[in-house]
Amino acid sequence: MYQYDKFDHQILAERNAQFRGQVERRLRGELTEEEFRPLRLMNGLYLQLHAYMLRVAIPYGVLSSAQLRQLAMIARKYDRDYGHFTTRQNIQYNWIKLEEMPDLLEDLAKVEMHAIQTSGNCIRNISTDQFAGVARDELEDPRPYAEILRQWSTFHPEFSYLPRKFKIALTGAERDRAAIYFHDMAYRLVKNDAGEIGFQVIVGGGMGRTPIVGKVIKDFIPKRHLLSYSESVMRVYNGYGRRDNIYKARIKILVQELGIEEFRRQVDADYELNMSRSLDLEDSEIERMKAFFAPPAYRALPEGDAAVTALLADSKPFRMWHDRNVTAHKVPGYSIVTISLKPKGVAPGDATTDQMYAIADLSDEYSLGTLRTTYKQNLVLTDVETSRLPELWERLKTLGVATATVDTLTDIIACPGLDYCSLANARSIPVAQRLIDRFDDLDFVHDLGELRLNISGCINACGHHHAGNIGILGVDKKGEEFYQVTLGGSPEDDASIGKIMGPAFSEDDIVPAIEKVIEVFVAKREPDERFIDCYRRIGMEPFKERVYADH
Amino acid sequence: MRIIKQREIVEDDWQRVEDGAALPEGKIIVSLSRWKAEREALIGRRNSGLGIQLAAGEHADDIAADLDNFEVVALSFPSFRDGRAYTTARLLRGHYGFKGELRATGDVLRDQIFFMHRVGFDAFEVKEGRSIEDALKAFDDFKVTYQPSADEGQPLWRRRG
Repeated sequence: MYQYDKFDHQILAERNAQFRGQVERRLRGELTEEEFRPLRLMNGLYLQLHAYMLRVAIPYGVLSSAQLRQLAMIARKYDRDYGHFTTRQNIQYNWIKLEEMPDLLEDLAKVEMHAIQTSGNCIRNISTDQFAGVARDELEDPRPYAEILRQWSTFHPEFSYLPRKFKIALTGAERDRAAIYFHDMAYRLVKNDAGEIGFQVIVGGGMGRTPIVGKVIKDFIPKRHLLSYSESVMRVYNGYGRRDNIYKARIKILVQELGIEEFRRQVDADYELNMSRSLDLEDSEIERMKAFFAPPAYRALPEGDAAVTALLADSKPFRMWHDRNVTAHKVPGYSIVTISLKPKGVAPGDATTDQMYAIADLSDEYSLGTLRTTYKQNLVLTDVETSRLPELWERLKTLGVATATVDTLTDIIACPGLDYCSLANARSIPVAQRLIDRFDDLDFVHDLGELRLNISGCINACGHHHAGNIGILGVDKKGEEFYQVTLGGSPEDDASIGKIMGPAFSEDDIVPAIEKVIEVFVAKREPDERFIDCYRRIGMEPFKERVYADH
Repeated sequence: MRIIKQREIVEDDWQRVEDGAALPEGKIIVSLSRWKAEREALIGRRNSGLGIQLAAGEHADDIAADLDNFEVVALSFPSFRDGRAYTTARLLRGHYGFKGELRATGDVLRDQIFFMHRVGFDAFEVKEGRSIEDALKAFDDFKVTYQPSADEGQPLWRRRG
């Protein structure tokens, strides 16, 4: 992974000194809360219902075991012994004291981590495919480009006070695991007709109250133009994005209002000014970055393993875990393991201090000391020798993170909701927990196949409900928590936005309503058909009829 | 009024002229609409010092053809959260090659001055009631930067050495 040099360390130290000063000025009353707010947000510090919440950046979801140990230490020293992994591959702490922030940031800096631009109207943490570098369907590893973008976007003087936040994602794989069509801007590594690898560029996607699927602005740009082209997109957005209405300030609205052709024309016009050509990447810089993410020294191993094959035949629990939580690795004899943070009785994405320490140890013992976070709020060990899967499975079970439900109905994405968040209309976590309790028959859940259920506690859509095959949105009805259900969303290459099924459900009725949706799916499904494909084939009506039959 | 100019605190010798008001003697800064309405008259007295004020939402293109007439271009920050003037400044310096004074006005606070300086501002009307001496410290917030901008031609990767 990327290693800081003296310059990166110096920038981080200068940033922490600057923020320490800002905190001191706030505590002395020299900064008003209104003035301090954007400054603290630019460092990931929110004021929530009960306390300050801190969001720490995990750039493109890549972590070393040492970093995870430090995150565990921070949960213990500054918080209440747990952290929450987010839909932006970051981690949040919920009980932070303002006066302790500067010391906390110094603890983070010791392991080359920070909270820079994890909030605010700036370029946020860049996200990518959690299987980057090890996926079988990958054209090229996107992480070097994610790091190039991270450095370029860090304290960008021109683009730190944008109309609204700006989220970038990258993928180098055939299958989109990074929800690239739901980002302000996204890059996908592609090959052109001449056989050259470059980027397809997508802009104007997003969720929130106006969900929009992103549009292709460029079929192909050469790799060297990654930053110079990005600057032109940002410059048009910064100059012309709306600032009169916070709900219309994202780039998706500008692209929608101008139309993609006119937006593209304006970006091209800026690009032709050649203002940013010094950002054109030379091959040597790309190679330097690639070296940080070079494949580790894999051992020459056979593809299969007799003991694993035997256990797959003998042990149904192992087979179920293997089916859902293990993914083929590009190198023979290795496997990718997803650690589920969706067990019963826990908020989706939460991990305790002890779990974080233990998972860091497992990453050292089984996966070359690195980990990934996923936007679906799980963790990943990328480089596990296949022959060691059985013992790793046992270890993960002991920790309670081997729930065999990845990418099924109960691998729920949920925002923190009204339990923590001051913006929320309704609680998300208890609904997720009740669904996980209700659908605890693993055979049944596995039979349903791939199914994405996402929950947001308000229209800001942090829980990605628009992109869920089944989406649940918390709404406020005269002071009571209600839940609206959408069907048909998809975060992947067939990206689509869910449609509202009908009137919202009370807290008591939401789980029964989802049960009925699933009943319809089971009844109407063709063999092995995914929920999303079934919905697209039969439409909303059969679901609606069944769910609202008694109403 | 004291302002920061070229990283020093100086007494401001420019006068802001309201749109309807008579033109005073000396160095003056007028609005874009006044410039458009009284272009010839203003050009006639540019030797005694002429500057223009752009509001947020008025763009570099609006004055590009006339830049030679201005010693000062002042760009307004109606709120420090409104970042349009960063792009205007960047275009004026980087594309249109404006060499005169680029002045930040409005909600100009210490915590944004470093970024303003990077994109090409060299004069700052620090918000009333705030310590201008304190604001002067902002220039040293960072000694290393990743990106090229008006203050630095090359990205850090060509400077890492």
